[in-house]
Amino acid sequence: MATAPDRINDPTVATSRVALVGNPNTGKSTLFNALAGLNVRTGNYAGVTIEKKVGRCNLGSRVIDLVDLPGTYSMAPRSPDELVAVEVLTGDLENEPSVEVIVCVVNAAQLKRNLFLVSQLLELGKPTIVALNMVDSLQSHGITIDVEKLSSQLGVDVIPTSASKRQGVPELKAAIEKHLSRSDESTQREKTLPANFYEVCGELRQALLDGACTTGPAATAELSLPDDYLIQRMLLDRGGEAERRVIRRLGGGILPALISARKKLADQVGDPVDMECNARYAWANQKLSGVIGQTGHASSKVTDRLDAVLTHRIGGLIGFVLVMLAIFQSIYTFSSIPMDLIETATGFVAGIVESWMGPGMLRSLLVDGVIAGVGGVLIFLPQIALLFFFLAILEDCGYMARAAFLVDRVMTWFGLSGKSFLPMMSSFACAVPGVMATRVIENRRDRLATIMVAPLMSCSARLPVYLLLIGAFVPTTAMLGGWVSMPAIVLMAMYMVGVLTAIPVAWILKKTLLRGEVAPFVMELPEYKIPAPRVIFSRVWEASLAFVIRAGTLIFAASIVIWFAGYWPGDHTRQYELETRLESVAEGSPEADELQLALQTESAALLEGSLLGRVGHTIEPAVRPLGWDWKIGVGAIASFPAREVIIATLGTIYSLGGDADEEGLAGAMRASTHPDGSPVYTIPVALSIMVFFALCAQCVSTLLVIRRETNSWFWPALSFTYMTVLAYFGAMVTYQVGTRFF
Amino acid sequence: MTTLDQLLPGQRGEIVRIDGADGIASRLREMGFIPGEAVEYLRRAPLGDPVKCSVQGCRIAVRNGEARRVFVQPIG
Repeated sequence: MATAPDRINDPTVATSRVALVGNPNTGKSTLFNALAGLNVRTGNYAGVTIEKKVGRCNLGSRVIDLVDLPGTYSMAPRSPDELVAVEVLTGDLENEPSVEVIVCVVNAAQLKRNLFLVSQLLELGKPTIVALNMVDSLQSHGITIDVEKLSSQLGVDVIPTSASKRQGVPELKAAIEKHLSRSDESTQREKTLPANFYEVCGELRQALLDGACTTGPAATAELSLPDDYLIQRMLLDRGGEAERRVIRRLGGGILPALISARKKLADQVGDPVDMECNARYAWANQKLSGVIGQTGHASSKVTDRLDAVLTHRIGGLIGFVLVMLAIFQSIYTFSSIPMDLIETATGFVAGIVESWMGPGMLRSLLVDGVIAGVGGVLIFLPQIALLFFFLAILEDCGYMARAAFLVDRVMTWFGLSGKSFLPMMSSFACAVPGVMATRVIENRRDRLATIMVAPLMSCSARLPVYLLLIGAFVPTTAMLGGWVSMPAIVLMAMYMVGVLTAIPVAWILKKTLLRGEVAPFVMELPEYKIPAPRVIFSRVWEASLAFVIRAGTLIFAASIVIWFAGYWPGDHTRQYELETRLESVAEGSPEADELQLALQTESAALLEGSLLGRVGHTIEPAVRPLGWDWKIGVGAIASFPAREVIIATLGTIYSLGGDADEEGLAGAMRASTHPDGSPVYTIPVALSIMVFFALCAQCVSTLLVIRRETNSWFWPALSFTYMTVLAYFGAMVTYQVGTRFF
Repeated sequence: MTTLDQLLPGQRGEIVRIDGADGIASRLREMGFIPGEAVEYLRRAPLGDPVKCSVQGCRIAVRNGEARRVFVQPIG
């Protein structure tokens, strides 16, 4: 065992690829975690927008790469998620090693339904293992499954497992290993559909070949012809993915042959869609005869009882509001201690650097640039981890599907769908996973509309901006008899700005660019279950890691650039001289005050003359109507790549300008004045900045992920444009109206 | 014969056929809506749409528009 981790992490070890596939809600992710442990790498399929999860695990003498595929009901994909599962299984992705063994996870309680997918998988002609998951819950219902009989009927290994209790994992590994060590075995492709169907397939194949021969050499035509599986799916799924793919490869000239083949099939066996489903269910019934010990369905009464409350006409809505409130409240309540710890640690590190190094360029870079920038952002790690923790629990226990069920009607009024709820909810943590979560939405228009409004949800990167400004400028007046305070109301208002803006935006999109009929909606409501700690933990871990990496790279780089632009050009000799002298005199002495003032004047002059100062003064006229001075303008512009940068930028600007004092950034902001002596920040200015940050598309990662998910530059360009325009005018209206009141 | 959306909460019906041959019809079939199977209408969402039903031991939410395409013979 001691050498195992090294071998697992050794990139030179030859690995075999094993795919884990199954219907949604069969416990696939839990089984994946049980098999792979923490050796999980996430990445992207080459050229495909979907995230892939690969886990390495030891199998006796070999190491395998276990690929966790998105849940799918069939091999006729209807959402981007399902498409990837199908493409990986059929080996249709370039630069992706092909799958050697397929493990299909089925829910033992819904065996017949799940055998639909199994029957399609057996047609791929690859070694397949069926993991009969959740067998333990069957026993409590008094239902037994004759596993050996099922295995011999299906002609594949059937391994009973209980992923949540980690039962059956060694047996499953042994079965995978057995198949891998018999690499030369040829697996028969199952033929579950009527014989006429395969005849028509053969004819269509010949027709395509003949058609191709007239345009090109027969040899290359043979090579470029789609395989039997693709032809079968093309025939079955009208307007489906297989059809699109074959047309991409062979051109639209094949359509007449396809249409006539479909017509022939319809004449002989009836509608292809009906034919496929009937044949597969007949096959499943036949395979299950004598296998299940008791008829009837093992459906849980607990789920129905919970649903009676959680999807009730009134109780369901109250429960929904309570769940949402509890999440947001816990994020504030539980994150303060770890946040304070990180803040103290950041201050401690800055203190060490300051005591080790004398004033100079490098110390300025480290303290004013890197530590102020990256540290200021890292503080928010606990909140992000907590938000992901709650979202993972809600999703894993089965509540998210109920929430989608509850709000579907409301969402359709705005042109979205119940399935938009989860992505939008995730966007409160971060729009990047939020946009990726839209993959469960089958309808392209619904999916695009959701992607377009997801970045309006106030993500955790906006929170620092709100907290900083509210803390500095909003009076802590208690209202409604002390139940709520003014800061809490302003904070909630900022979250509402995004949500309320999303409504007309989605509505307009669905009336213009994304016009079309209301998309169909079919969604499984899984059984409620206790979330698997491993799955929750790995989700929180991944999100936190991604956040830390972002702070360590993007924010780090931005902090250095901002620091440099505020530092150069300019002669800092006198500034360092003043700093050195200041550090040698006693704090609070008259001489120290004098030096402090001189240092501040010198620093301010240097900042004004720097690149940042010059750019700031150039753009000042544009931000005047928002009530901003040049420093805020520069901060807003610098934070276009990532919102968190505003904190780093203002921190750097005020500390380079010599304004920072013991009270920190908030104090420096409160103290800053226009040349005429009037304060820069008033309540309308603070509100105007917050509204700007609530609406603006200041996040390169989000725009890039939109580009990846939509495979076009149009959608990210549109989000950037409409959000920036909204932010500018929103901030202007806030300021202009605000100055009439305060 | 009637359609799924016309059943009363708690009422069961035997599926007769599903209208249409498009993607959503085959998705319903893949999820277990097969002629001969029993389907139970469980409840409506608070705002009247979608509806929750149970087929083959699995709970599925469909909008009224989709429920209208599922033809059933009420049982009992």
